[in-house]
Amino acid sequence: MTLADEIEELTGINPLKCYQCGKCSAGCPVRIFMKVSPNKVVRLVQLGLDDEALKSETIWMCAGCLTCSTRCPQNFDLAKFMDALKEIAIKKGVITRKDILKFHKAFLKQIEANGKAFEFGLIRDYKLATFNLFQDMDIAPEMFFKGKIKLFPHKIKNRDAIKKIFDKANKE
Amino acid sequence: MDIGYYPGCSLTGTAKEYDQSIRRVFSELGINLVELDDWSCCGATSAHATNHLLSVALPARNLSLAKKQGLKEIFIPCAACYNRFVVAKYEMEKNPGLKKRVEEMIEEKADTDIGIVNMVEMFQRIDKELILAKRQKELKGFKVAAYYGCLLVRPNSITQFDDAEMPTSMEEIIKLTGAEPVDWNFKVECCGASHSITNMNVVLTLSKRIIDDAAENGAEAIIVACPMCHSNLDMRQRNISKQDSQHKNMPILYLSELIGLSLGLDKESLGLGLHFTDTEPVLSRFSTAIVAKE
Repeated sequence: MTLADEIEELTGINPLKCYQCGKCSAGCPVRIFMKVSPNKVVRLVQLGLDDEALKSETIWMCAGCLTCSTRCPQNFDLAKFMDALKEIAIKKGVITRKDILKFHKAFLKQIEANGKAFEFGLIRDYKLATFNLFQDMDIAPEMFFKGKIKLFPHKIKNRDAIKKIFDKANKE
Repeated sequence: MDIGYYPGCSLTGTAKEYDQSIRRVFSELGINLVELDDWSCCGATSAHATNHLLSVALPARNLSLAKKQGLKEIFIPCAACYNRFVVAKYEMEKNPGLKKRVEEMIEEKADTDIGIVNMVEMFQRIDKELILAKRQKELKGFKVAAYYGCLLVRPNSITQFDDAEMPTSMEEIIKLTGAEPVDWNFKVECCGASHSITNMNVVLTLSKRIIDDAAENGAEAIIVACPMCHSNLDMRQRNISKQDSQHKNMPILYLSELIGLSLGLDKESLGLGLHFTDTEPVLSRFSTAIVAKE
């Protein structure tokens, strides 16, 4: 199965629908931080250059702001397309921005365990996973004293239900 | 009036002043917020960025809870949660196969007939005359920039709320306080969202552009309805100031805090002291401006 087929199966989006007008990249707020523009990633998929598309840092830099999806004259949901590429890249183990994936994993780990996000646990796990130990050490005490970060998670009652959702989602 | 209330994780932590001001303001306006019992996280960015099924199933569990608890509508003040709920509902309605798989995951019937109401829509529902009658302070001459960010208005075909490029509904609510919304360019531009931790430079660049444009157009504060926007514009403004010695502080207020100020609620009950960028310049201006009651 080609990457284009996989994306269509996952999202219902046919990558060939894009006619490369570039309106998405023109309005993309994070375009300036990307080496490959968003419309070029679509082009890579159209041309069957699957590895290059999956390896591009662009798919990880997408902030999910949905400006492209809203402005596309072809109603091509590019933000969803970028999410699908990340999901496929994770399954294939092709991770260009491991730090960003580690952030998502640290975030989801807290939800799986507690049913709710837990910032202290998220930041702790993310820092340990990336060795990015000193970022935000200046604001951390203030966050704590303002009561914005708690040392212990708030757990929901029915954590079994959450565990089952995660188990089934990870099995797919 | 009773309505379901889903605070979402941010409002129990980093955005606790948003929750605090919402509860205070709506109790003042006679709205009973019924918190969804045993609610769980919507998965936010991390779920949809890595696992599509998970990103639909997590909100779906909460929709089923709402149904079981007899709630017809849920008010979701966090724009990110609001977006995930609206999108999950839409995708399950459009795709019966997906809905079936989600039902297997949550081991419940997935309900898509629960109404989802965002922060601006909540204020739109309240009788304008009631807000005006309850108003204790007229914030006259207070120039503010209404900032919508991304997730309230996009994708517009799904949220069906206001306009994706030029929304104006928040300004209408702001005007009830007497404050003056300015005309500016960045009301729907992205602040960098969840890149705050992983690519802070992205957030600092984008947030600075937003704050600078608001200032250039005469705004003395930016009004938000999203905890992620608030954290990037308020907390990350510290980092912006460090990089740029010329930077002038711009207070970032939640819409609920602004309404609360005009209702005469005090600083503590609105949580205005919990911000990272000082709100005192705003507060000191309105300590004396009491509306003349007719």
